[in-house]
Amino acid sequence: MLEKNNSMDEVVVRIRDLHFSRGARKIFDGIDLDIRRGQVTAIMGPSGTGKTTLLKLIGGQLKPQRGTIEVAGQNVHKLSRSKLYELRKRMGMLFQSGALLTDITVFDNIAFPIREHSRLPESMVRDLVLMKLEAVGLRGARQLMPSELSGGMARRVALARAIALDPMMIMYDEPFTGQDPISMGVLVQLIRKLNDALDLTSIIVSHDVAETSAISDYIYVLSNGRVVGHGTPKALQETDSAWVKQFVQGLPDGPVPFHYPAPDYAEELLAGGES
Amino acid sequence: MFQNRSIEIAVGVFVAAGLAALFVLAMKVSNLSAFASENGYSLEARFDNIGGLKERAPVTMAGVRVGRVEKIGFDNETYEAVVQLNIEHQYDTLPKDSSASIYTSGLLGEQYVALEPGGAMAYMKPGDTFKITQSALVLEEMIGQFLFKAAEGGDGQ
Amino acid sequence: MMGGLQRLGRSALLFFERLGRGNLFLLRVLAGLPSLLPRGHLLVQQLYSVGVLSLLIIAVAGLFVGMVLGLQGYYTLVDFGAEESLGVMVALSLVRELGPVVAGLLFAGRAGSALTAEIGLMKATEQLSGMEMMAVDPVKRVIAPRFLACVIALPLLAAIFSAIGVMGGYFVGVGLLGVDDGAFWSQIQNRVDFFDDVMNGVIKSVAFGFVAAWIALYEGYDAVPTSEGVSRATTRTVVHTSLAILSLDFVLTALMFD
Repeated sequence: MLEKNNSMDEVVVRIRDLHFSRGARKIFDGIDLDIRRGQVTAIMGPSGTGKTTLLKLIGGQLKPQRGTIEVAGQNVHKLSRSKLYELRKRMGMLFQSGALLTDITVFDNIAFPIREHSRLPESMVRDLVLMKLEAVGLRGARQLMPSELSGGMARRVALARAIALDPMMIMYDEPFTGQDPISMGVLVQLIRKLNDALDLTSIIVSHDVAETSAISDYIYVLSNGRVVGHGTPKALQETDSAWVKQFVQGLPDGPVPFHYPAPDYAEELLAGGES
Repeated sequence: MFQNRSIEIAVGVFVAAGLAALFVLAMKVSNLSAFASENGYSLEARFDNIGGLKERAPVTMAGVRVGRVEKIGFDNETYEAVVQLNIEHQYDTLPKDSSASIYTSGLLGEQYVALEPGGAMAYMKPGDTFKITQSALVLEEMIGQFLFKAAEGGDGQ
Repeated sequence: MMGGLQRLGRSALLFFERLGRGNLFLLRVLAGLPSLLPRGHLLVQQLYSVGVLSLLIIAVAGLFVGMVLGLQGYYTLVDFGAEESLGVMVALSLVRELGPVVAGLLFAGRAGSALTAEIGLMKATEQLSGMEMMAVDPVKRVIAPRFLACVIALPLLAAIFSAIGVMGGYFVGVGLLGVDDGAFWSQIQNRVDFFDDVMNGVIKSVAFGFVAAWIALYEGYDAVPTSEGVSRATTRTVVHTSLAILSLDFVLTALMFD
């Protein structure tokens, strides 16, 4: 099993023997994962391996068919609704699309979780929001509507909202997809810096190998519902698993074939219109 | 904040307009206004047959509405219909020997109670009963009588 | 043959599954209503988008429906020499039937479809998921105020529709066709009963508001989170709400005006 000897209190998220399927399609087939406090852990894998699903399972939005997920020592799927909501206040999540509320300003978006969960006076809410916005460098954009933001800015606003309640951990769902190099660089730096400055635990789900490896402390590689490799970024680069090598180095052909399974090419051409 | 205020004002106007419309329906369109002024006094009239008279039908005098039918009952002993009329306060000078009749407004209209003033010097007091009443005309009876008379006349010739 | 039976069975099962989930959804919404009490501003916001924004179409439609009723009613009644009953005809049809029903149908098209599209898009852009992850229950925060706003707004809109419709009928009947002014109103007041007619109309419109809100919000909440899914859900909202209002109207009419 995975490093069971490590001191227990270090592990924030502990996943054991996780099974999950959507209809007939198996998405997870027995996964074990440990996410340690204070670290940036990356979960990587090709598209369609259910990385986003994993985050939703951790957040308790989906229920696994088998196995357990513990966050801060509590089994997420055994909690009552109110306990689960309590726990969620300590988890931030950055959705791929940002998931900003489109009908209110940037300022109100970040104030939203604060206003929902506390009875702070408006002046204090304002200070808190400005602090969070300053952390992501968008204090000047607070009166804009989400539709006026670029993709990278929207993600930074969403990040500011995710840290609004000072959570213990943040989950990033594909934070780098569709970003131009500059905003990508900004986000990469921001994730690492926030993690260290706010003493967070970060989980990044991504398939951008280079950017993710640059800031992660530990990486899990998923494929076909299983963990196929894990280790520090450096260790993974030197792995001898052919599959992990193909993924990490981005080789076009290997254990994951370039061709979708099909009958023999020559035969199919010769068969002509007969089929 | 300004936007918030204008939204609140608009909603206020909307709710007020809705309630005003309900009020119009209640007072102007329906007969609720009659309920409001229903603190009149009550008189009783007994009829052999009230035809299609309904509760809340108008009570008129010289064609002017002076009240409403309040309640329609049946007397088990005399086999008469007992009609409670509610007359508005300002019409409190009905002579004692006034009469009440049931008429139909127009050919297809509804039935109402018409009061005919008599010549007595004393006025009716709340709870009094009309001495003279005229029942509703029932179309079938009238036609029956007409046919009967026509047949009689034919025999006589 | 077996294939056809199987398809029939599958669609029946899907139908009942959806119905069941719709009922659970309604229960959650109703359970979320008390949490609205301390937060009136959410309700005001929704009354604005559901009620105020529907006001214009309701008022204009009410005016024209009333005017048409006045015109058609006059031509029919004048043959019987009963054109003084025009007011009764216009007022009774509006207050009992057309007010609640037509206002309900317009409401489904104007506000219901907008609600479905809004909720569906919030789902498609992960805003609902995002709220859940912020430990905010979207059913309480987003759905419940919209639901209550519909139930409050539709009766008010239907009353406005009826009142303006009667004015339209008055304008045509008395203003243009020369029906007697006094007869118009006194006949109305003699024949329209506040409790049997006006209040029953109000009860109908409350029921329609309930059903319209339920269908619109559930379709949005349950929509496939893609642009195609949302547009399909929006269409379904209008169709289903209209059918539901018309059939419910028959049931309520049968119960109320026996």
